[in-house]
Amino acid sequence: MTQAATPEHERWPGASLRATAVSRSFEGIRALDGVTLELHRREVVGLIGPNGAGKTTLVNVMTGFDRPTAGSVELEGREITSWTPHRRGRAGLARTFQHSHSFGSLSVRENVEVAALGVGARPREARRRATELLDLLGIERKADARATTLAHGDERKLEVARALAIEPRFVLMDEPAAGLPEGEIPDFVRVLRTVRDEQGAGVLLIDHNMALVMQVCDRIHVLDQGRTLAEGSPDAVRGNLDVTAAYLGESAANGSTASAPS
Amino acid sequence: MTDDVQTLVDAVALGSIYALMAVGIGLVFGVLRLVNFAYGQLIMAGAYALALTNDQPVLLSIALCFAVVLALSLALELAAFRPLRRASPTTMLVATFAISYLLQSIALVKFGAIGKIVVVVPKLSEPVTIGGVHIRWITIMTIIVAVLVFAALMVLLTKTTIGLHMRAASIDPATARLLGVRANAVITAAVLVSGVIAAIVAVILPMAVPERLLVGPDFALRETIIVLVGVVVGGIDRLLSATLGGFTMGVAVGLLSGYLPSSGAWPFTSSVYLDSAVFMLVIIVLLIRPEGLFVRGRHAALERV
Repeated sequence: MTQAATPEHERWPGASLRATAVSRSFEGIRALDGVTLELHRREVVGLIGPNGAGKTTLVNVMTGFDRPTAGSVELEGREITSWTPHRRGRAGLARTFQHSHSFGSLSVRENVEVAALGVGARPREARRRATELLDLLGIERKADARATTLAHGDERKLEVARALAIEPRFVLMDEPAAGLPEGEIPDFVRVLRTVRDEQGAGVLLIDHNMALVMQVCDRIHVLDQGRTLAEGSPDAVRGNLDVTAAYLGESAANGSTASAPS
Repeated sequence: MTDDVQTLVDAVALGSIYALMAVGIGLVFGVLRLVNFAYGQLIMAGAYALALTNDQPVLLSIALCFAVVLALSLALELAAFRPLRRASPTTMLVATFAISYLLQSIALVKFGAIGKIVVVVPKLSEPVTIGGVHIRWITIMTIIVAVLVFAALMVLLTKTTIGLHMRAASIDPATARLLGVRANAVITAAVLVSGVIAAIVAVILPMAVPERLLVGPDFALRETIIVLVGVVVGGIDRLLSATLGGFTMGVAVGLLSGYLPSSGAWPFTSSVYLDSAVFMLVIIVLLIRPEGLFVRGRHAALERV
């Protein structure tokens, strides 16, 4: 079921972000229990599972916001388990947060520029990237507005633009499409494909919108209670949904938005 | 009528000085969450540098004042603020109290309790008559310098990389650090800019405020206390509201001292009622707007309770 390698991966030997047998306990509760997940460049991997399955904890461990109690994280062959988030950022690893971390009284454009400048871009280069990314995300008309004035959906897009501003080789997105109107999902799919195909980044996507996940992901990794429940191509995982339906909610099997049980 | 105009212009000039001090304190507060009670002693050090070089060419004297204040600012950052990076705001505030009194004591031991006269540019203290109103050159200069400083600061904060980083770090230090904003570089920059402003105030204050013609160990201490109150009343969370708070306090002090009965011979003409009147206004403002005079919404104050 883990059979998902495409020729693309073979051209990028070692070009992956890998969590190996990662466990994380919080006061006796096992949030993650021996999870192994590998994200290659030029692919979108969906990370799904009910609330509390450990999805965000896994992203935290991979991006350095949390340390695993066991297991290791490697970036392109280098062990990075003890690296700070910022050091990982400079090495090409970006993330978005479930809750927006934008600088409220800075303009939308400045928010993106700060991120680009932070990884060493020159001011002119930072400005160019900001223009490009706001354009890509479709919020270029809000460029000079204060970040606090953004509607929720646009705030999510800014969060994505800011993650992409460091020109990451791997980007981990924690529910980036939450709150986006259904009509804007196709635009978001286009954004993800641009990031994968044109920027050549590997994308890990957490989302409860099964239609989005099934449509855009090359592979899917299902977590439940901190363990890997299933892993493979969307079709393989969908075939397995009989098993996982209980966890993902009945609607998941129909390919629509899952109402995640809590 | 002309007296009123004169009082108003003087009050605006005093407000400009307080606004400069407020922005100097606010810049460091933004990136460090540190209320620098020792800010007045930076100004004191600069004023001593001026007083001790009265006989030197004025430009040399002013350059020395800047050098002393900047060196002291940097020394404070490296020796006091940096080791306290992870300390609570209260600890840092108390530390700056200690620094303030340490510097005052050093001044007392070194230069004695008797004030030294600061002579910068005597000509600036002469009045010019505009439409029957007598205004001293220094009053006009003070307002112009303050406007220029704020314009330069605006450019720094909005058009430069370090300025953008300062603003980002002020809003959310954790996220800024995450995005690669180098905390120490941003903090050092803020401390130095704040020091430049302290040096400017050190040059202006002895000329603009007659009572401050003499520099003693407690030079600018009273101003610092009033400005800090103004910064809190205005809203310390944002540079603009903090600055407006400082400006408002300066104007209020200027107007009140213009109208309250005077109690001494020149230059000690400020009224004994001045502090009572100023702080009564502060209490009223805090009762009406506890979140800060220039803060929109209530969340900023509530979060800190």
